Amino acid sequence: MSALLLRDLRLALRAGGGFGLGLAFFLIVTVMVPFSVGPQSSLLESIAPGVLWLGALLACLLSLDRLLALDWEDGSLDLLATAPLPLESVVTIKALAHWITTGLPLVLAAPVLGVLLNLPGPGYGWLVISLTLGTPALSVIGTFGAALTVGLKRGGLLLSLLVLPLYVPTLIFGAEVARRGAAGMETTTPLLMLAGITAAAVALLPFASAAVLRVNLR
Amino acid sequence: MTMSQRMNALWEYANPKKFLATTERVLPFFWASAALCLVAGLVWGFFFTPDDYRQGSTVKIIYLHVPSALMAINAWMMMLATSLVWLVRRHHVSALAARAAAPVGATMTVIALITGAIWGQPMWGTWWEWDPRLTSFLILFLFYLGYMALWEAIDNPDTAADLTSVLCMVGSVFALLSRYAVNFWNQGLHQGASLSLDKEEHVADVFYFPLLVCIAGFVLLFIALVFYRTGTEIRARRIRALMARERVQA
Repeated sequence: MSALLLRDLRLALRAGGGFGLGLAFFLIVTVMVPFSVGPQSSLLESIAPGVLWLGALLACLLSLDRLLALDWEDGSLDLLATAPLPLESVVTIKALAHWITTGLPLVLAAPVLGVLLNLPGPGYGWLVISLTLGTPALSVIGTFGAALTVGLKRGGLLLSLLVLPLYVPTLIFGAEVARRGAAGMETTTPLLMLAGITAAAVALLPFASAAVLRVNLR
Repeated sequence: MTMSQRMNALWEYANPKKFLATTERVLPFFWASAALCLVAGLVWGFFFTPDDYRQGSTVKIIYLHVPSALMAINAWMMMLATSLVWLVRRHHVSALAARAAAPVGATMTVIALITGAIWGQPMWGTWWEWDPRLTSFLILFLFYLGYMALWEAIDNPDTAADLTSVLCMVGSVFALLSRYAVNFWNQGLHQGASLSLDKEEHVADVFYFPLLVCIAGFVLLFIALVFYRTGTEIRARRIRALMARERVQA
């Protein structure tokens, strides 16, 4: 399992792996926001938590089509499916690798981008906490979407259409934590709900992902 | 008849031929009774019920809004059930019925959203409000879109049936989650349930009975449409098989 994880990380980090693309996308989206809504700092302050969450979510989404497609094209997915490792573990490792290469950098970059959007002081901690708790769910749900569309030639747009509705609960609770945290309000309830969604998604969705991957590999 | 015999009798309709023969026999009845119920319910509702003392005549949009919203959710439930049947028992008719129901359910969702907007404009002074019920219906519509797009995208019918069935199951869980998440996110303008079985919170009887007739009409219309569309799907697949056979022989 660790061998597979290391392999995926190495592939992502080396040339052509696309590491950092998600991060760059996150940066660009954040920079575009003041251009579209205007530079008033009070307005930016109030929308900053939501914009940062949405940007992180879209950056996650953008990198999903590479998650399984490359392994599908060169046949390594078939090898992984016949390996002694259960397919459920394979998809979990894939999701973990995706989180380490996409989710974690987003979490670390979010406070820096928060400065650009004039995020209020107490918001930084809550933003990092909510993204740390929420992005694993985004990776796991995204892996399910990637497994659904892996065999398709033009799966990219379809992947977004399938995955974005599934992201709704995570986005609502995650952005709510960041928003309430930035406004200095109580955050316990949405934080627990967010953690619950992540825990349930990590525990259950790999079974669904493995099931659809088996269908696609048939 | 024992229970298991009855179940066996039900599974007979998994045979496409038997399904087609039976639905063809009962379809005229369903079309006619759907038309009868809808005409009766709508005419009764629109012309023979009093105006509401607060809402005036706009209240009458309830006869389209509530039944279509009800069927929008029930169609997804039916798709969930038939998807499960496909995954467990591999009956093709079941998978095709789920596929046939999706556009009908999506249309019902759109009708509910549009009639809701038309109702909301005079009542709340706005066409759209990010109210929990409205928002979760919009999300339901997105789920329908994704489900239908996945069916369209995959060539192999069995693969498509498998993948859409799993999507339907996972999507149901997330749609339910979204419903509660959205409730948490924004308290809304929308009134409580119009209908409830325990009669605590209810519309008045004058509106209630024509509404029941309209709901019956929508249910019958839904059944008729799903039977009809499933039959079309079965025939389309049969044609494809025949053409493939001809190509092989030629």
